[in-house]
Amino acid sequence: MALDKITTVQGTGVYVPGSDVDTDRIIPARFMKCVTFDGLGEYLFYDVRKHEDGSDKEHPLNDPRFKDATILIAGSNFGCGSSREHAPQAIYRYGFRAVIAESFAEIFFGNCVTLGIPCVVATGDDIKVLAAAVEADPTLAVTVDVDQCRVFFGDQSFTVHVPDSARDALISGKWDPIADLLESADEVSDRMQQLGYSA
Amino acid sequence: MGNGKSLFEKVWDAHAVRELSNGQTQLIIGTHLIHEVTSPQAFGMLRDLGLKVRFPERTFATVDHIVPTDESSEPFSDPLADAMIRELRKNAEDFGITYFDLSTGKQGIVHVVGPEQGITQPGTTIACGDSHTATHGAFGAIAFGIGTTQVRDLLATQTMAMSKLKVRRINVDGQLPPGVYAKDVILHIIAQLGAKGGIGYAYEYGGEVFDNFTMEERMTVCNMSIEGGARAGYVNPDDTTFEYLKGRPYCPGGDAWDAAVEKWRAFASDPDTVYDDVVNIRAEDVAPSVTWGISPDQGFSVTGTIPRPEEGETPAEQESIREALEYMKLEPGSPIKGTKIDVAFIGSCTNGRLSDFREVARFIKGRKVADGVKAIAVPGSQIVAKLCENEGLDQVFRDAGFDWRRAGCSMCLAMNPDKLIGDQLCASSSNRNFKGRQGSPTGRTILMSPLMVAAAAITGEVSDAREVFELTELSSKC
Repeated sequence: MALDKITTVQGTGVYVPGSDVDTDRIIPARFMKCVTFDGLGEYLFYDVRKHEDGSDKEHPLNDPRFKDATILIAGSNFGCGSSREHAPQAIYRYGFRAVIAESFAEIFFGNCVTLGIPCVVATGDDIKVLAAAVEADPTLAVTVDVDQCRVFFGDQSFTVHVPDSARDALISGKWDPIADLLESADEVSDRMQQLGYSA
Repeated sequence: MGNGKSLFEKVWDAHAVRELSNGQTQLIIGTHLIHEVTSPQAFGMLRDLGLKVRFPERTFATVDHIVPTDESSEPFSDPLADAMIRELRKNAEDFGITYFDLSTGKQGIVHVVGPEQGITQPGTTIACGDSHTATHGAFGAIAFGIGTTQVRDLLATQTMAMSKLKVRRINVDGQLPPGVYAKDVILHIIAQLGAKGGIGYAYEYGGEVFDNFTMEERMTVCNMSIEGGARAGYVNPDDTTFEYLKGRPYCPGGDAWDAAVEKWRAFASDPDTVYDDVVNIRAEDVAPSVTWGISPDQGFSVTGTIPRPEEGETPAEQESIREALEYMKLEPGSPIKGTKIDVAFIGSCTNGRLSDFREVARFIKGRKVADGVKAIAVPGSQIVAKLCENEGLDQVFRDAGFDWRRAGCSMCLAMNPDKLIGDQLCASSSNRNFKGRQGSPTGRTILMSPLMVAAAAITGEVSDAREVFELTELSSKC
């Protein structure tokens, strides 16, 4: 299985502020009554974007200036709570290809990498500067450079943190680990027996 | 400095297959638990790749998230829920997976079923497409919540790619005061260390309080490790653990039992383990706890005063308090006690076990749920329901004005018909107080122990169970 090598993501950004944005907020549980992930993009941040009658609330994703954004900018502990992969799936299917945040919840982070969505960690101050720049010019080109661990926008840039394992997986096109995991099937069988899990 | 190893390290090392090219570890997951919400897409991916389930005998399925708790005959009135159940049934059949279906009498919340069947065992690795999988850590297992692509990885290979966690030892020593329960201990820990305090860590819970806890109390604490940001949480196995497991359907019997206990005991952390971090908490400092906000770390003693935004130490924290209070419609500076509630929910993988219902039943006998409060009690599994019913607890709940329901996740995440309406406020024994968590986009949740939920149900407002039930040293369980 040849996967894309994800070294950089280029696009425009949108800032969704707030800390501890949980996966229930990213995709409310009632939209998980499905047996495929298709169509989840439509329900991204649904309850904070929509009134109960379906009309729009004030939310960055409802702002037409940011409708083509592909880089999501967020606060700390982004994606906390439920392990639902529906959350990164909704983010991806909505059109986002990278997330920049102050910090990420662990399960969410891992789920994103496995889908080939780089999640990079920036300081709160850098995020503020980027958010202000994007607000001032929604068409501003933003580049998440996974390889160099840097975010570029306009004539500015800042360093971001990406754990080595995630960075390597993304830039080498091995973010979906299934091929690697399948390789050691015989050894796994032996170990399963030794550990007493299988006869 | 000791050379001892923690349980986490021992279990990790025993299950590590090899280092992958990106530096992560390929880890064997001995037991894979699945449910209807996060598995169908994984089976779809498996079929697309033309793969089989590698060790079907190590995967166990049940249905919990979407099952209605007030109807028992299929098809259910919600066609989407019905389709999901049928999909799981088909996948279990197609791939030869043990499925604790509704008709077996063993169905329930996956984190209740695993332990009660004895599938959850010390020194093992367990994963499930559900973040509350840490519950199984109560047995000295290392248990992770995972995403659906990882569910696929486990189905196909019984392994997953993971980076090793650090270990934080959390000691709770001393005696818990009357009216203080395991739920209060974990709410206190989360309030102290924060919702992101555990990122990168597994939490090892220990000390006198945990030594004295029952398995069900240990499960309540481990269950909410993820609310503190920790992907796994565990308690070292001891005689309490083995006593609980003895005779369970999936546990070894006869001569094999003693050998199993010996093996399990050896996984416990060595006395000279050096931890990455140690936190000490005094049991006497833990009070009956409630949350006031929209993140599980926004909590305090029921005697507390709702914070003012300006009390936040940073602008971000001030904004978090402001956002939480606006959503919760709570008045800064006023006591949380006395806040009117609309709904009371006792259940979930945190607090839906026999001991939870027993403890509440002891105190609500002869009392009535306040007018205008809707109160529901939802057993965590069909077996829990049966055990409660054998003791007549269901009748105690019904007499007090609770609805006694069938097993499932119910109003913890409201994927079934049990939902808040509008901005109803729910006193809940569940694990998350996120915006909209209980099914209404404006619904509000206050997390607390089951007995505190009962106190709120009876008085119609957030109350101190110690006052409502006149809890003294003598009447308290601990």
